[in-house]
Amino acid sequence: MTKSKERKVRPYINPYVGGVLLGLVLLAANFVSGRGLGASGAIKSTVVTAVTAVAPSASENTAFVKEFRESHEGNPMKTWLVFEMMGVLVGGFLSGAIAGRLKFKVEHSPKITSRRRLIFALAGGILFGFGSQLGRGCTSGSALSGMAVLSLGGFITMMAIFGTAFAMAYLFRKNWI
Amino acid sequence: MGPLAINEIISENTNLFLAFIIGIGFGFVLEQSGFSSSRKLAGVFYGYDTVVLKVFFTAAITAMLGLLFFSLFGWIDLNLVYVNPTYLTSAIVGGIIMGAGFIMGGYCPGTSFCGASIGKIDALVFIGGLFIGVFIFGIGYDLWDGMYLANFLGAPKVSESLGLTDGIFAFLLIIIALAMFWVAEWAEKKFPREEY
Repeated sequence: MTKSKERKVRPYINPYVGGVLLGLVLLAANFVSGRGLGASGAIKSTVVTAVTAVAPSASENTAFVKEFRESHEGNPMKTWLVFEMMGVLVGGFLSGAIAGRLKFKVEHSPKITSRRRLIFALAGGILFGFGSQLGRGCTSGSALSGMAVLSLGGFITMMAIFGTAFAMAYLFRKNWI
Repeated sequence: MGPLAINEIISENTNLFLAFIIGIGFGFVLEQSGFSSSRKLAGVFYGYDTVVLKVFFTAAITAMLGLLFFSLFGWIDLNLVYVNPTYLTSAIVGGIIMGAGFIMGGYCPGTSFCGASIGKIDALVFIGGLFIGVFIFGIGYDLWDGMYLANFLGAPKVSESLGLTDGIFAFLLIIIALAMFWVAEWAEKKFPREEY
């Protein structure tokens, strides 16, 4: 009876080891494709595909879709970042399965409700999604991958992301600690 | 030799297949490092868990040094590697909006997929928000395309901008990172927190 309760959760790996491994993955991405990692680009592909399917004539005239089509030939879902992000889902799942961390849950500070956590998650996601388009990439594509190739913009975006989150941390402390 | 896809050493379909494999590595390492947990990620902004800082900077430096050494050995042509262009205004404003999203939502796009892959509902809702945010940017594009395209500087390297060679800049960045790691280790002792 106690067996299910003894479900062992493995500890996380050493962060410096994790960092070296992540760096090697990023290096592999550059070596193979000539570009770094990314995440928000895959979401952009999906959004372009969805709006084109729902409103083909209206969407073809929007500058956002036009600009995307000019830089990506063919099917917007057949892009490097879409395949990479499908891999992320598989890789994250495998890691969670091995470590015993697969579980449906809403993670939040005991001081707040699940509902509050989800509202903030949605709001944060909307802001991050918008910001990632304006900033031409998110923490992966702009900040991390940009830094690896010494992009000035990558360093600036990285400092803006972490600096702002740090500056606003006090306002949202109840959500986390 | 590299980049393999640009030098047409591998086909386009092989490139996409390798994208999937690299993605598996990406997701696996993120999850193993604890990036599937929003409270662990947010910890860096309160000092109780600085895993983000350690993993992020170690990764950036590892990849940066890897590229510099690969170039030195003639394994990769850095002229063919994409350097993110710099649009000063949108890099800053976009970063500020992302930073606000980070502290409110607890994830970034990559880590939210990682969290969702192990069943985090909050990560799934964050992803829903991402789609809405990207959609809003798209439909309102005419309202902010001025800001989006302002102050274009080309694709300069930070080392060039500072008048340093790539090697010297990388060396300085390593020193800075080590100093930050030292502060991070101190902060985790100063603001300890039990498991969450």
